[in-house]
Amino acid sequence: MKSDVILLGHGSGGKLSHQLLDDLIVPILSGIGQRDQNDAAVLDSPRGRLAFTTDSYVVDPIFFPGGNIGELAIHGTVNDLAMAGATPIAISVGLIIEEGLPVSELRQVLESMRDAAKQADVKIVTGDTKVVPRGKADKLFINTSGIGAIEHELQISGSSAQVGDKILVNGTIGDHGMAVLACREGLELESNITTDSAPLNSMVKELVDKLGSQLHTLRDPTRGGVATTLKEIALQSQVEITLQETALPIAPAVAGACSILGLDPLFVANEGKLLAFVAPEAAEQALAILQKHKYGQQAAIIGEVTARTTGKVRLQTTIGGLRAIEMLAGEQLPRIC
Amino acid sequence: MKHQSEYRDPELAELQLQAIRQTTAGFGRTVTFMEVCGTHTMAIYQHGIRSLLPQQVRLISGPGCPVCVTPVGFVDQAIALARRSNTVIATFGDMVRVPGSSSNLLHEQAKGATIKIVYSPLDAVALAEKNPDIDVVFLGVGFETTTPTVAGAILTAAQKNLVNFYVLCSHKTMPGPMAALAGDPELQVDGYLCPAHVSAIIGANAYQPLVDNYRVPCVVTGFEPLDVLQGVLMLARQVVAGEARVETQYRRVVKPEGNPKALAILRQVFEPCDARWRGIGDIPESGLQLRSDYHRFDAARQLPVEVEAAIEHQGCLCGEILKGKVRPNDCPLFRTTCTPEDPVGACMVSSEGTCAAEYKYGN
Repeated sequence: MKSDVILLGHGSGGKLSHQLLDDLIVPILSGIGQRDQNDAAVLDSPRGRLAFTTDSYVVDPIFFPGGNIGELAIHGTVNDLAMAGATPIAISVGLIIEEGLPVSELRQVLESMRDAAKQADVKIVTGDTKVVPRGKADKLFINTSGIGAIEHELQISGSSAQVGDKILVNGTIGDHGMAVLACREGLELESNITTDSAPLNSMVKELVDKLGSQLHTLRDPTRGGVATTLKEIALQSQVEITLQETALPIAPAVAGACSILGLDPLFVANEGKLLAFVAPEAAEQALAILQKHKYGQQAAIIGEVTARTTGKVRLQTTIGGLRAIEMLAGEQLPRIC
Repeated sequence: MKHQSEYRDPELAELQLQAIRQTTAGFGRTVTFMEVCGTHTMAIYQHGIRSLLPQQVRLISGPGCPVCVTPVGFVDQAIALARRSNTVIATFGDMVRVPGSSSNLLHEQAKGATIKIVYSPLDAVALAEKNPDIDVVFLGVGFETTTPTVAGAILTAAQKNLVNFYVLCSHKTMPGPMAALAGDPELQVDGYLCPAHVSAIIGANAYQPLVDNYRVPCVVTGFEPLDVLQGVLMLARQVVAGEARVETQYRRVVKPEGNPKALAILRQVFEPCDARWRGIGDIPESGLQLRSDYHRFDAARQLPVEVEAAIEHQGCLCGEILKGKVRPNDCPLFRTTCTPEDPVGACMVSSEGTCAAEYKYGN
């Protein structure tokens, strides 16, 4: 790469585009030789059902404590596949780059995408790069799509939660949202909060293999947080969910930052967390599986499905009160007094 | 979290509740306490406190959410300023979705206005300093907790000789509206849970005239669940004893005389004025305006704009809700036309508004 910033020409489809692909993107992300580069990746079809998902990443800033937009884009799509009980096979990467992005920053993002894909044991098989004029995008947007193989007959779904199910989370909640918020311009909140962004497919595989049909529902509580995700599941399965506030794992720094900004950690985004609904007799085994895993040491049972009804979520508060939980409405805004 | 969990101890909460039950058992009627501050409203919902209190104790939410009591005309004026060329509106986040007569700041942003959400008025000063060619208008909304920081920002701007920093001012003070409500025969407030942080500035003594004139018990109460329960207990005990006094539950922060330093800065820059409260009406001496020495920072004086005639949304009961006369569920618009995504009244917009709290946490 001759230029140290991305130029409009790098998205032209011409010589500069080839240079960007050949010198930077392809060697880092896939390593496919020029002979094998075609318009579409060709994959062997696995047996059984397929899972397919897509997501776009526009996080601001693109570098935040503990991670960056690149690994987030890989983890997000890997996790969406995993929540369907699928083993990720292949991922596509679409880059929309704002003119002027330093090549060094792009390189760093691409390298963490490569590392994240390697860790999640998934291949980046196809991609696309566009460059837009300065001001028409914010530094870098990434779209990832993924295909996964479902190698079992289980019906893991948001509509499969059953009365009596215990609800588990694999660790502290609200870390990602607060890590990003705390480093935003204008909010000089010094904290040691880092993103929880992580691939959860190996954790899910263990749950699937060991719990079998006792595993009913999996979902990753990303935007909208644990509260919104549980409300979705309660509506999909037509059940009532009761959470215990005292059981919610929340890092002290996250609790403190939320308290200062008037936010509720239950509504703050996570990128390396899953919520698992399991039959009550399998709850302790599920908890042990999570706690033994690298990304689940602080796992906890946070609530249960308490009744068959029209999709309610309730929280038993620390002091014993009950309150309803609804989906996140609008954006969480800081309070003013 | 340190300094938080100790105020959420379930065993202590149960002890407080037992004491409240004992104290109120002999009441021949329901007593009504008003939590004045929006942060109290949120805390009461968030911790499910209503579900724990005996039936004889009714908590109603008062006019202490600054966004909610900001009149629609102020929002219209902010919108008109946002439409000026070379103008940036700097504001706390909650204000951007408050409906004006025909638009809100978020819509104006989508149509091309520059709206900057700031976390401190000093961020707005910094913005003005960095962009000398642009007029920066900070929306001055809030009670005495916020106003000293706005006064500080104006003093900073004066020191830096900035000529492009303005404040559109709708600051309000306590306890004017509490007196207005205490005198309302329809309401019958048996006691006030007085604001925590406002009282840290104005001091607990500020409520003495309220007690003297209306014989209504006042307890300055903190925001944690044990604070609120203890505040309710202290009010209940005064009611049982037939007393009306100012007491301070939130002793770890609030002093009788308040914070003289903050008050001095506030009074240096602002002076009392009559103010319009959304839903309540005009209350004499319940607002703050810039003193003449600081008129050059007054957006309303320095940046004349044409403002549309204020229209309140028909059917919205925000006014009655702010006075504690009705609950959100009594409003025909609640959860139907009026939701947090598409709010009609200010009580649904602010994160501390009663309707937003009921929508988010109510059963």
